[in-house]
Amino acid sequence: MGYPHPRHPRETVVLSRYFGDAGARSYRGWVERGGYAALKAALGMAPDEVTAVVKESGLRGRGGAGFPTGLKWSFMPKNDGKPHYLICNADESEPGTFKDREIMRWTPHQLVEGCAIAAYAIGAETCYIYIRGEFTDPLRITAEAIAEAYAEGALGANVLGSGKRIDMVVHRGAGAYICGEETALMNSLEGKRGNPRIKPPFPAQAGVWGMPTTINNVETLAAVPHIITRGAAWYKALALGNPKSTGTKLISVCGHVARPGNYEITLGFPMKDLIFELAGGMRPGRTLKAVIPGGSSVPIMSAAEAEDCPTDYENIAAKGSMLGSGGMIVMDDSTDMVYQIWRLARFYAHESCAQCTQCREGTAWTTKVLERILAGKGKAEDLDLLLELSENMTGKTICVLSDSCAAPVVSGIQKFRSEFEAYVSKARKPALAAV
Amino acid sequence: MSQHLAQLHGAKGGHGRSGGHAAPHEPVFVGDTMAKLEQLFPLYPTREACLLPALWLVQEARGWISEPAMAEVAEVLDLTPAYVKGVVTFYTMYHTHPVGRHFIQVCTTSPCGLCGAEDTMKALLEHTGCRELGATSPDGRFTVMEVECLGACGFPTPILVDDDFIESVTPERVAEILKRYA
Repeated sequence: MGYPHPRHPRETVVLSRYFGDAGARSYRGWVERGGYAALKAALGMAPDEVTAVVKESGLRGRGGAGFPTGLKWSFMPKNDGKPHYLICNADESEPGTFKDREIMRWTPHQLVEGCAIAAYAIGAETCYIYIRGEFTDPLRITAEAIAEAYAEGALGANVLGSGKRIDMVVHRGAGAYICGEETALMNSLEGKRGNPRIKPPFPAQAGVWGMPTTINNVETLAAVPHIITRGAAWYKALALGNPKSTGTKLISVCGHVARPGNYEITLGFPMKDLIFELAGGMRPGRTLKAVIPGGSSVPIMSAAEAEDCPTDYENIAAKGSMLGSGGMIVMDDSTDMVYQIWRLARFYAHESCAQCTQCREGTAWTTKVLERILAGKGKAEDLDLLLELSENMTGKTICVLSDSCAAPVVSGIQKFRSEFEAYVSKARKPALAAV
Repeated sequence: MSQHLAQLHGAKGGHGRSGGHAAPHEPVFVGDTMAKLEQLFPLYPTREACLLPALWLVQEARGWISEPAMAEVAEVLDLTPAYVKGVVTFYTMYHTHPVGRHFIQVCTTSPCGLCGAEDTMKALLEHTGCRELGATSPDGRFTVMEVECLGACGFPTPILVDDDFIESVTPERVAEILKRYA
């Protein structure tokens, strides 16, 4: 197991400091690198104080939605006498995203420590780390780290001598993209089909087994020990011009770049420099065509939009897309946009849980219409049909899976319409056999 | 063992691909496997929550999850067989029919697709002798399945051979990788 690239001097290395350093994987190794000091410090604070520090830091959810983490923790009821649960969402399945996997397989104790601090802050005695079934290495490594933490007294009935109880359990998923959606994940953890639930109630009111629950992404929880140790002011100062987007973010850069990999940047870092300097730019002779900046569920950005955009929540939103999970899919001028958008639609059609009609039918028909266009059988009105389908798939379902299918379709037609028209007019040869 | 369970174990497992004369279902949840399941019970507030882990135990023991095995899981967790089947068929990683000795999952989702994943998939089919995706090779050694995003997009193309997650697989590497699996 190797780490693919050396650190770039323009990265801000916090979460990824020990990626590639196998010595950081053991409990002892993690303690030698300063680990578990944050948990010790947090246990000396009141739970509300811990939440206040995280709130003050500006940390936002790194799984995709970008919701303020401290605020989410503060929604948990106090002294309600019910069991509280913390869930770590390690179901990383968003195409383009591969950062949580690195956190788990290189620095599992960074995650265990973050989970323990969060559990303490929200009054949870049990934390479930839900890891997708395909992640065999992170599953094994995280389970080993938890076993070690129990043996060293950092988990269990008396965490680091504080008298507090925190149990941690690794739960293995079984193959379903939708289980990365928080309410689907809770159903899956309960032993059910992974169908999302209608909100409200929100997890803090009635989450897993109907109990108050907080669910956070791996990267979010891994940032918590650093915030506790170095302070909210330090984290807040990690921002390039935009005080609403603070801290560092792992950006998984993939697709047509010379050096794909996870790059840790201070939020606000120029997207152009991220792609062309850190990730090494395009392959020889190629130019940038499009970027999907936040995992496959967000709208496609044109090259011009991407080259003029700071990488943070607000600035990407201002360009009509989203930072999302930070899974950045880069496409060069050799890319057939119609084919790629069809491939994404096929992904969503495959992954729809089929609970809502708009999604079950919409993702399937979107895929079929795109297939027809790619097979040279498209009609002039098919583009309007795709947009109409997308309209019916946006904001009308229990979760946002169908919105995610519509995002690349709508933005793709807006920005690369001539490529669709070339298939319809038969100026371009069919890319798929007739269906 | 309850009478109900004993009947299930004696029932003909006629739902597999091998036809209507399958061997009687040998119970999975005995000895060490039952002990493993019982160790899970205190980790969750309900028995139902042990369903996914229990199904993993069945698949580890038998390679796939037959209908009699689903009925056995239902019995030990106090669920109905129909409920268990509903859950099994929701998730893509549970096999509801026998597969080859080695199960290969290859990712072809967009980020890997941009980097040549379809060629890797074709090379896997060719070198294993599997006629098509989902089919088992005539020697029973491999089944190849195309899957959606494996979450390692920076290492195109990732494949899973059983529990071995292998990164950066190109068509040229396929023959050498397959040699490791008898």
